[in-house]
Amino acid sequence: MDYLTFLQLLDSTVRLATPLLLACLAGLFSERAGIFDIGLEGKMLAAAFVSAAIAFTSGSVWVGLLAGIGASLVLSVIHGIASITFRGNQLISGVAINFLAAGLAVVIAQDVFKQGGRTPALSGESRFEGITLPGAKALADVPVFGPLYAELISGHSILVYIAFAAVPFTWWVLSRTRFGLRLRAVGENPAAVDTAGVSVLRLRYAAVLICGVLCGIAGAYLSTALQAGFIKDMSAGRGFIALAALIFAKWRPWHALYATLLFGFFGALETRPDVIQAVSGIQINSALLSALPYILPVIILAGFGGRAIPPRAGGEPYVKER
Amino acid sequence: MDVMPKWAEVVLVPLISLLLAAIISALIILAIGEDPIAAAKLMVEGAVGSVRGWSYTLYYATNFIFTGLAVSIAFHARMFNIGGEGQAMLGGMGVALACLYVPWPHWSIALMAAIVMAAAFGALWALIPAYLQAKRGSHIVITTIMFNFIASALLIFVINEFLKPVGSQDPSSARFAAHLDLPTLNSILSSMGIKSSKDDSVNVTFLVSLLCAFGVWLLLWRTRLGYEIRAFGHSESAAKYAGINPVKITVVAMLISGGLAGLMGINTVMGEAERLVLNSTEGAGFIGIAVALMGRSHPVGVVIAAVLFGFLYQGGAELAFWTSIPRELIVVIQALVILFTGALDNMVRMPLERIFLMVRRNKSAGDV
Repeated sequence: MDYLTFLQLLDSTVRLATPLLLACLAGLFSERAGIFDIGLEGKMLAAAFVSAAIAFTSGSVWVGLLAGIGASLVLSVIHGIASITFRGNQLISGVAINFLAAGLAVVIAQDVFKQGGRTPALSGESRFEGITLPGAKALADVPVFGPLYAELISGHSILVYIAFAAVPFTWWVLSRTRFGLRLRAVGENPAAVDTAGVSVLRLRYAAVLICGVLCGIAGAYLSTALQAGFIKDMSAGRGFIALAALIFAKWRPWHALYATLLFGFFGALETRPDVIQAVSGIQINSALLSALPYILPVIILAGFGGRAIPPRAGGEPYVKER
Repeated sequence: MDVMPKWAEVVLVPLISLLLAAIISALIILAIGEDPIAAAKLMVEGAVGSVRGWSYTLYYATNFIFTGLAVSIAFHARMFNIGGEGQAMLGGMGVALACLYVPWPHWSIALMAAIVMAAAFGALWALIPAYLQAKRGSHIVITTIMFNFIASALLIFVINEFLKPVGSQDPSSARFAAHLDLPTLNSILSSMGIKSSKDDSVNVTFLVSLLCAFGVWLLLWRTRLGYEIRAFGHSESAAKYAGINPVKITVVAMLISGGLAGLMGINTVMGEAERLVLNSTEGAGFIGIAVALMGRSHPVGVVIAAVLFGFLYQGGAELAFWTSIPRELIVVIQALVILFTGALDNMVRMPLERIFLMVRRNKSAGDV
């Protein structure tokens, strides 16, 4: 494998890791506050559909992005009402949200666009294009670093850079601000936060809404940057892989980056069976290769790589008076 | 103290949840420019207005009884088995292997073998997540979801590499021998002298599913194992203190759950398609979640809820055929049912409890 192929592989790793990373950080905010969310998948899908649909009709991808975030937030509020206000089962609420998004997206897409549950293909202003960073052309001829800068670092859409910037930002919010401290506390010991006179409900709603915004960006990235338009079930289990990555990362922001890059790398390998064959010398069946992103989390969850301990109050609704 | 009488708990709460789901579905149909009342009529006519409609409704119901029971038994052990879909896929694979490679003399013997194979394959697919949950503490929800994806990849692999007849382009196995076709309920009825239509789908597997429902009831409320499963589900620490082995209960409950989901494969693979196709489960594993929630995890409730979802499925297919409403509307209705009967249960329950409390207070005040 030559250097350029390797860079291309890393390049698609970054592209595929981006939606996982955004969804993983989304889940991190929610679960750190004690709200399990297996509805990441549904929120991404809803945002993917709405942002593609609005980007197409308005002609502006930014309007589409905002609309996608809005759609994801609506589902977040439903999750919040079910699991915070009415103290329902958070897992079941998440499952309902996944189906709600999967069904509604196709029903509405069919009604509006009549193309068998997809949106028309996006182009030009209604899509996020890659940004060429300054100096990428000029440095391209510099050995080793030039191609690295031009191929791997430059040329992604703005959402990729937002996703990567979200990692240090999340770390800063969670570990260096008062809000972050309280948010983590509410996931470990909500009664203590309540005793200190801080609203458990409000903190948890805030976490769930942040989760909605990040899932919205992840979904918009799928349909307006990674691909050009919405197709049925296009999130393809990414929400669940993000959850697995979150557990693998033990609910920590920087580790979330490493975990999603790893899963992104396996996704990239799946698209390049020729590279695997060239390196390892074995031909791997494409169906089995496509199962790799799902087998890997199971192996990791089986405890290879240390025990993952979730936030202590995760999944439990908070009851004020006992 | 129970605030509500039992009938309200078992009948009223699910009914109100269902009503809420129906109202929102009607609003959605209205929003996409169709008439909800006409749509409802079309669904009723298509699903229960003819022998053909009924036989498809019960055919779908058969699938949902199996998957609903599967989710229910896991619920009783306080586990959430989202892997019914993958377990059903594997069950179907087991059925296909049994029917393809052994020259059975008669369908009834083949059915016995298919039951064993379907249950074994389904249970096997639940075993790994169950073991990881019990021994390594990895969350069963995540692992069973992953196993759904792995199962569909495995199914593609097995069909393409081993089961597809040479030269065939179709991603499916060869057709089973004709005499292995399971008799339909209609043909059984007509052999007893009762006239009914020829065109149908519901077959003897429906009776197997009812037997399973009875079996699950027996197991849960009449055996020691069932008691242990329920005790474990109510309180893990109390169950441990009573000498119940949590690892054993987790694994056994999931094996039964996976086996039940796997049995669904008999209906779709042996009863309907008569060969192994890629998408024979059609999301029935997930509908089991809605069925179990609506049926309150009780076999009788599961059977009733399964027939209701059979009605929705068959009615939805008719709806998609005659109007521009796509079949995915059923997924939306399913989501709403899960939301209202599962996650928003308290939203329905709290006001009801308040009403019952008020009535009771007025009554006791009147007695004085």
